[in-house]
Parts: sequence; structure tokens; C-alpha cells
Amino acid sequence: MPSTPSPAASDSTAIHVCAALALADFSLDVDMALPGRGVTALFGRSGSGKTTCLRIIAGLQRTGQGFVTIGGEVWQDETRVVFLPVHRRRLGYVFQEANLFPHHDVRGNLAYAYKRVPATERSVTWDSAVELLGVGPLLERRASSLSGGERQRVAIARALLSSPQILLMDEPLSALDSASKAAILPYLERLHDELAIPVIYVSHALEEVARLADHLVMLEAGRVIAAGPVAETLNRLDLPTAFGDDTGAVLETRLAEHDDVYALSRLSFDGGSLWVSRVQRPLGARMRARVLARDVSLTLEPPQQTSILNIMAVRVEDICDDGPDRINLRLGLGESSVLLARITRRSCDQLRLAIGLHLYAQVKSVALLS
Amino acid sequence: MTDQNLDAVWLTLRLAGTTTVALLALGTPLAWWLANTRSRWKSVIGAIVSLPLVLPPTVLGFYLLLLMGPQGWVGHLTQTLGIGLLPFTFGGLVVGSIIYSMPFVVQPIQNAFEAIGSRQMEVAASLRAGPWDRFFSIALPLARPGFLTASVLGFAHTVGEFGLVLMLGGNIPGKTRVLSVEIYDRVEALEYAQAHWLAAGMLLFSFIVLLLLYAFNAKPRSF
Repeated sequence: MPSTPSPAASDSTAIHVCAALALADFSLDVDMALPGRGVTALFGRSGSGKTTCLRIIAGLQRTGQGFVTIGGEVWQDETRVVFLPVHRRRLGYVFQEANLFPHHDVRGNLAYAYKRVPATERSVTWDSAVELLGVGPLLERRASSLSGGERQRVAIARALLSSPQILLMDEPLSALDSASKAAILPYLERLHDELAIPVIYVSHALEEVARLADHLVMLEAGRVIAAGPVAETLNRLDLPTAFGDDTGAVLETRLAEHDDVYALSRLSFDGGSLWVSRVQRPLGARMRARVLARDVSLTLEPPQQTSILNIMAVRVEDICDDGPDRINLRLGLGESSVLLARITRRSCDQLRLAIGLHLYAQVKSVALLS
Repeated sequence: MTDQNLDAVWLTLRLAGTTTVALLALGTPLAWWLANTRSRWKSVIGAIVSLPLVLPPTVLGFYLLLLMGPQGWVGHLTQTLGIGLLPFTFGGLVVGSIIYSMPFVVQPIQNAFEAIGSRQMEVAASLRAGPWDRFFSIALPLARPGFLTASVLGFAHTVGEFGLVLMLGGNIPGKTRVLSVEIYDRVEALEYAQAHWLAAGMLLFSFIVLLLLYAFNAKPRSF
């Protein structure tokens, strides 16, 4: 099992979770060492055990044997019969549904969390949580009068107001329509940028993970199949079956140039650059971009007279089967950048592709994640 | 209305009020346990609580009379404790009524607790609320409609009991002669006018109680 290396002992805020659980139709066996900062995504299909992991960390799911430490504090060590009940674990938990208390208005819901935190332990102030999630105008409203997105923002603010050491989020966007999702994502990004609280974010949506997460743990059938920094893990070629049609590479870029005549912007990264539709951000801004493998085609000669804007010289680093008809390739650019391409086996044979070969990648579309 | 009638009305209200308060105090933890337990005793206890729904009140009254009488073990216990014997006293009627009206109080509360589900309680726990805190800050307020139904049904059902009172309490004026027994006496004595007053009053009372209950529960919840 490719279990992650043991946590850096010096990092006092690191999170270590080790649990085994055997139910009639599902078994879980994980050993995860997670960084004590930033957003860690638990990613996998439904039924892979993501939510169960989160519930174990929270103490909502008992396991026969489990071990949970957060920042040097032992929450659970069943070899030593230590088990802190949920209400003694300093965590915030955001469920799929907002689950606001129906007998309180929004202010009452937030106050429920806030007044249960001893003043000495308050690390998140009332004003900062209200401002960060933009719930000020909603304070006097009843939960039933809020939209799905508003409700979820209140639920996140409520979780923050319990001054957690760690924020656990279980697919907080999955119950929302795409417009509400798009509206709430910027708030989650602010959370990431402005708070020092580590977040564990469960999701089966690669888009969300690529946009929000710093660290990625992939689960399949109750086992950890990969873990590491998000770009590095998403760019791995041996995992694409887990991603399906969403297989793609993540590029960390900087906004390098605006072209006002054609309303385009250029993103530069180690080994190349990408032209995208005009971005309303200052030059030099960091942008995370994602290129799906199915949007990359390959040619041996530099293409002339093509409508494709983004053409890059690359070299083949790895070739991997993906089903009977398709091949995934990892393409290297510059020192460390990577593109993934998905082509048919026939094209691969006709072009006589082999590791080390230099050729040109044409990128049909680019998704900006931040 | 004679003084005797008024005595009966007052006694009935006192009995129903005492019974309802006692049942809320006893029934709430019982309903909570029934709503949350996974014990195999759940069905046994649930069946016992529901027994008065199907049992003729005279049967219940008969066994309670034996249990609480001088030969019964409850009777032994109360005598040892210096309380004396319970049958044919107000206290005995309260005990009997508690058992008789138990399902009407426990079941609505249990249903209300079950309807809350576990998620709201999990959310509260994640917000640092301990078990007692969760019970008082989440479960009780959310189960409020169930408590209202339970109180009204428990009270009204106790007001209407007859067979059990007759078996267990007899017919002692000012002590155990409640309204329903009083009506029976008036009819036996062919005093129909008085029986009418009391019977019609009881009919009206029952109707108003149920009307209020249905009106309240039909009102769309404000949350």
C-alpha cells in the first residue's frame, strides 16, 4: 500500500489519522499524515470512504481501532482507550446540507456556536466570521427564507465561530446548483487565503479540488491510493482511471501579458505560456490553470496555419494505457511542468510515439481555477 | 350546579393536572430512551407503555387494585414506607391515571424526538454542545409540538376516565368521586337535568381542547 510517509514530527500542527473499520459491505483501512496548514482534499468516488474518514476524525463514527492526533493533541488513541467525544474536539464540521437550527434565526445559529467557546479560546471573532462569509445582511433572517448558497455560508460561518483547530467540510457544495456553487467558491478561497485554520475538504468534484486544495489524498474502496501536493498528484499518469474524463494537468502560472486588441491574456509558466481570454487581474498575479488531457492533441511537425492558439514544444515522458483504445501520455516542458494528453492507440502507433520523442502539443482549451 | 358537582369538577381538574405534570416528568426520559435506544428491550418496553390503549380500563383497574391492596407487593411497599394503602385515595387515582394515560403522553413525545433525527444533534455536538446541552438546546425546542400534543391528550384522557377510577378509587365524595363518576351517579338517581349540565360541559370541554390542538398543529410552522 502506498501509505504516506510518517508526519514531520517537528510540525506541531500536523494531522495524523489512522483508522480501520470493517462493516458488512464496506471496509476502511487508512493511515494519513496531513499537513497542518492549507486545504487538504479527500478525493474519490462515492463509496470510497471519504466521508467516513471525516466522521472518524470528528469522532462521529466509532471505530474499533483508531488514532487521531491534531497539532500534537491526541483526540483518539484506542490502544490507550483515549476517545474525546465530539463536543470536546475543537473542530468545525460543515455537512452537505447546511443543517441550520430551525428554531433560531441566522444570528441565533451563529450565537449558538459563539457562546459555547470560552473567551480565552476564541481565535475567530464574531465580526471576522460574519465579514468573511458575507452573512451580515442575513443575520435577522430565518433559515427557511435563505437560498441554498446563503444557508451554506451561514453554516460555514457558524462552524468557524466555534473557533476550531481544524475545519472539516463534507462536500459542502454538492447540494447546490451550479450558480450557487460559483457564488460560494470565492468565499471558500478567501477562507483559504485569510485563515490559518487547516481544512480537510471532502469532494468527488475534481474541479473543486483542483481549484481549492493544496494537498490531495485519493481514496478508492476504503484505501489511500495516492497522496501529495495537489499539482503533483493530479499530474500523475498512473492514476488517470480514477479521474476518468476529467484527467488533466494543473499548471501554476503567472499573468504575464495583456493583449487589448484581441482581448487575450498570456499566462506564463516554466517551459511555456498559454493564451487565454482576457483576465481581469493585475499582471504578475498567480493563476492556477487546468488543461484536460482530452483537450490536448499532438503533431510531429510544428503546425502551420492553424486556429489553435496554444502550441508548445514538448517531450514524451511517459506512456500509459487507458482502456483498449486509448493512451495517456505525460509530456514534459521546461524543468518541471507537465501536460497530459489522451489520444487513440491508433494515433500513437501511426506517429510512432516513444518516450523521449520531441513533438508539439496543441491545447484546445484551458480552464482557469483562480 | 350543586357543591357536590363542583367538588367533582375540581377533583377531576386536580387529578388531570397532577397526572399530566407527573407524566411529562416521567414520560420525557422514557420517550427519549425509546426514540434513541438500540436495545432489544425497546419493543418490550414500548409494548408495555402501549398496553392501556387496548386493555379495558376495568382490567387495568382490577390488577392495580390487587397490586396496591394489602396483599399486593406495592401495597406492602407503601405500608412499609408509612404511606399506607393507595386504593380509594387520591394518590391511588394519580398512580392509576399515570399508567392509564401513559401512551397518550409518551408516544407523541417519542415521535417528536424521532422526527428530529441524528443530524441536528451531530451539528450541535460539533459546535461543542455536550449531551445535556444538546438535549435542552436542540431536542426539547424542536420537539415542542409533540409536548403540546402530549400534554393536551394526557390531560383530556385523564379527565375522561371512568372504569379505572371506579375500580381503584370507588366513589368517595371529594376524594375519588370525579366528574365521570358523578355523572353516572346522577343518571342512576334519575337526575337527568344535573347529568345534562355535567355531560354537556364535558362534551364542550373535550371539543374545545381538540379544536385548539388541531388548529395549532395545522398552523404552518413559522420555521
